[in-house]
Amino acid sequence: MNKIIYRLDWVTILLYVALVIFGISNIYSTNYNENSNLINLKTPVGKQVAFAVASFIVAIVMLTIKAKVFERFASVFYLLTLILLIGLFAFGSNISGATSWYSFGGVGLQPSEFAKVTTSLAVAKLLSEIQIDIRKIKSLVQVALIIVLPMILIVLQPDPGTALVFSAFFFVLFREGLNSFFLITAFSLVFFFILSLLAPIPFVFASIITLSISLYFFSRKFNKKTSLLPYLGVIIFSCSYVYSVDYIFNNVFEQRHRDRFNIILGKEVDSQGIGYNINQSKIAIGSGGWEGKGFLQGTQTKGNFVPEQHTDYIFSTIGEEWGFYGSTAVVFVFCFLIIRIVYRAENLKNNFARIYGHGVAAILFLHFFINIGMSLGLVPTIGIPLPFISYGGSSLLGFTCLLFIFLNLDANRLSD
Amino acid sequence: MRKLLLAGLTLIMGFIFIIRLFQLQVVNTSYQKLSDNNAILSISDYPERGFIYDRNGTLLVANQAAYDIMIIPENVIPFDTVAFCELAGVSKEKLINNLKKARRFSRKLPSVVVNQISKETYAKLQEQMWKYEGFFIQKKSLRDYRVNFGANVLGYVSEVNPNDLKNDDYYQLGEIIGRQGIEKSYEKELRGVKGKRFLQKDRFNRIIGDYKEKSFNVSSKSASDIQLTLDARLQEYGEELMQNKRGGIVAIEPSTGEILALVSAPSYNPNLLVGRNRSKNYRKLAKDTLEKPLFDRGLQALYPPGSPFKTLNALIALQEGVITPETTFLCNKGHYYARGAFMECHCKRNSKNDLLKGIYQSCNTYFANTYKKIIEKYDTPDKGVNQWNVHLKSFGLGNYLGYDLSVGKRGFIPNASYYNAWYKEGGWKAPTIISNAIGQGEVLTTPIQLANFTAAIANRGYYYTPHFLKSVTGDTLQQKFIRKNTSINPEHFEVVIDGMHKVVEKGTARIARIKDIEVCGKTGTAENFTKIEGVKTQLTDHSIFVAFAPKDDPKIAIAVFIENGYWGGRWAAPIASLMIEKYINKEIKRTWLEQRMINGSLASEYEKPISGKPFKINE
Repeated sequence: MNKIIYRLDWVTILLYVALVIFGISNIYSTNYNENSNLINLKTPVGKQVAFAVASFIVAIVMLTIKAKVFERFASVFYLLTLILLIGLFAFGSNISGATSWYSFGGVGLQPSEFAKVTTSLAVAKLLSEIQIDIRKIKSLVQVALIIVLPMILIVLQPDPGTALVFSAFFFVLFREGLNSFFLITAFSLVFFFILSLLAPIPFVFASIITLSISLYFFSRKFNKKTSLLPYLGVIIFSCSYVYSVDYIFNNVFEQRHRDRFNIILGKEVDSQGIGYNINQSKIAIGSGGWEGKGFLQGTQTKGNFVPEQHTDYIFSTIGEEWGFYGSTAVVFVFCFLIIRIVYRAENLKNNFARIYGHGVAAILFLHFFINIGMSLGLVPTIGIPLPFISYGGSSLLGFTCLLFIFLNLDANRLSD
Repeated sequence: MRKLLLAGLTLIMGFIFIIRLFQLQVVNTSYQKLSDNNAILSISDYPERGFIYDRNGTLLVANQAAYDIMIIPENVIPFDTVAFCELAGVSKEKLINNLKKARRFSRKLPSVVVNQISKETYAKLQEQMWKYEGFFIQKKSLRDYRVNFGANVLGYVSEVNPNDLKNDDYYQLGEIIGRQGIEKSYEKELRGVKGKRFLQKDRFNRIIGDYKEKSFNVSSKSASDIQLTLDARLQEYGEELMQNKRGGIVAIEPSTGEILALVSAPSYNPNLLVGRNRSKNYRKLAKDTLEKPLFDRGLQALYPPGSPFKTLNALIALQEGVITPETTFLCNKGHYYARGAFMECHCKRNSKNDLLKGIYQSCNTYFANTYKKIIEKYDTPDKGVNQWNVHLKSFGLGNYLGYDLSVGKRGFIPNASYYNAWYKEGGWKAPTIISNAIGQGEVLTTPIQLANFTAAIANRGYYYTPHFLKSVTGDTLQQKFIRKNTSINPEHFEVVIDGMHKVVEKGTARIARIKDIEVCGKTGTAENFTKIEGVKTQLTDHSIFVAFAPKDDPKIAIAVFIENGYWGGRWAAPIASLMIEKYINKEIKRTWLEQRMINGSLASEYEKPISGKPFKINE
């Protein structure tokens, strides 16, 4: 243990502590009221302080456990969370439309937050095994299964936002050698998805066809033997994809889902209904100016204009009260933290630890990207928390586990 | 390349976020200016205030349209003031005065010159409006109380004052807030959430359209309607019975804690506090220090509880094991509770009373002895009194009950430290405080506390926090009102309830008997004093009655308190009995009794202390 203390990544721990404390002060601000500013365990800020204390204990436990344990018991942990997720359907309590919680006398536990940790461990464990090669279809199916199982269970709760976080493992797989074909496909799928919503279908069809045909003739100039077939295949696939996106969007999606996309894409201006959250969040952030209005001074925050402000929209409080300087600092800290984890993971000799580190970085990235993007009106409304800052016990505890397991693995880099 | 993907994406996203932040926070200043830009007019859209219904769905409170005549001073051209005053129904001085005020406020912004004109005036005026340039009529919504009773429960609304503005960021000058009663307690539900529209103005202060294509507008959230637990027919009937008397009636459904009626007399017509004459009427009501119509006697009036309190002392004694139903005490038209100190009683000489008889004969001797046993059970009277205090508090006495109206009193139940401060440590014993035995002494209760402990007795040991809210549209708040158990075991209640039944069958409240309904009750007569020119003077006793019915399946528990009504059976018991009959049977068979109660007046009784002449009491 003594040696660990010297090798621990204290910079990361310092950033972690700073983010948690900053989070608590902003939660205090969202619920601040000039008449009654008692802090007790019934207020969100009181609860968050209690969660932070619990996280501190959990962090120490995560650092004390032998590093080997995480690798050896990864599958056990993973199976345990699967059971917890399944158990929700029988014993979970329904809070605002989703059965994501176990409640123990007022204290809620959200297994999906911990599923992120154990899935990261399980993916790392599988990928670090000698006989697994991500380039082989069989291995790929195995890994995909590990990732998709908890995803499905979480989608069924239904909590699609949290399920979406599991797509972060795409980055891990790619890092471990997943065929570039998947990367290109994934990006073009997203690209075509957005394009097909923005532009009329015939126009998209026409552009796909012209683009592919001209690409075909272009490559024929260099290689006379270029076959037309793959290009035709791409055209047919793309067109049917675009068509089905259009169909699903208009016939399968519910209006609220459609609205979310439409507002981000700027197709509809609706600042009263569904656009309300995003719009109010933007007004709050925008009204911060360079320096912000100061701690507890946010008028948008005080007026409770932004719904869910202490959970998903916490960044709007930061924007309003701490201004451009403060929000930029938060963005910077997150970028630094993620890149630092990637960098340190890359320097690890142990494959398990490296892959796990990538998982941690990828999950943090996805939360960072979606949550702040949503507050800034760049990403559709997907309710997931900002790590370490947003209100929520399970989320804070989950991220603490996630990070401190990595810190443990990292500190023990020399022990094998 | 693969190693760099995640790190690279993070950098790119961080960069995009910072650019976006720069754009939102620094470049685009429209967000900052939204709240304080002179070029933007923000208009609030108010949802219509929610309706209030009674438990049977009778509409009690709705809204009505009212019209204000507004002007923009710079647009006004000289006009025929005489004709206008006649049309609008205002005096010339007032009009000129208001025009001046409006001009002083702003030449460009609209001000009210005549407020709340009637519908008829509005109709006449509208045809002639074209003659008066710069004038226009603005419609607004006023409260419409559809009933002329229940003012103390329904409450009223009024414009926000600087204090409200300081306490709640939501309100702006000129807005309406619930001030009393249900209008206050459920203000948030009844008002909904106002919306905001932003309009762009040009440099002449003229509105030129929506600001930034409505993108900052916030839509209003509609208000909720509220259903009360009140029974409108019962409430109205109670107020009718109470006319020309002072006091309170509280009726509770024991099984739920729902308040069926809360009558405070004298009261006022709720419509007095609506419209143009609101402030005038309010001042009149507030200044009436004799009748105090704004004072809710059911909730706020502190009286000694009198004999109904004996039922509680009986229960406590049974629970503490200091008496059994068979315990008897001898009464000789009273008894000496200490040397030279005699407490009178109306029992005959040499009556041997057991608990049942003690209750229905309301024997003072019996309860003085019982109380003594409670206090002397422990080695010091301190412990005895404190134990007694704990039992009483479990019936909701001596503290706020937690019902959903904002006025109330705690009442008072003394404990050992109170007496130690009063008499010095050790300077008091059970006989010192013996008046508590019969509900005189230091004990003070409000009528709703009386009704509430009666409900707890009816339930054989528990009560629900009394409340007025049955439901809010789109919301079920029911579990907010919780069941509270008293510290008395259920088995002790039956004998006390039997005693209360006998009170009505053959005791002090035979007038409260109703055919086919088993009524249980307890009369009370409470001595009271006032100060006339600095001299403590005794007034005619208060008439008190608590009751519930039917005995085995209680549907209603009621407390009636008539100030200076003399003994309990004279006014309180018949009124309570009529209320029970009205609620359970829906119609009154004993019309002779009804007529006597409605026509009976205590006005001469209330005249006495203010007449300045010597007077007799209890006549």
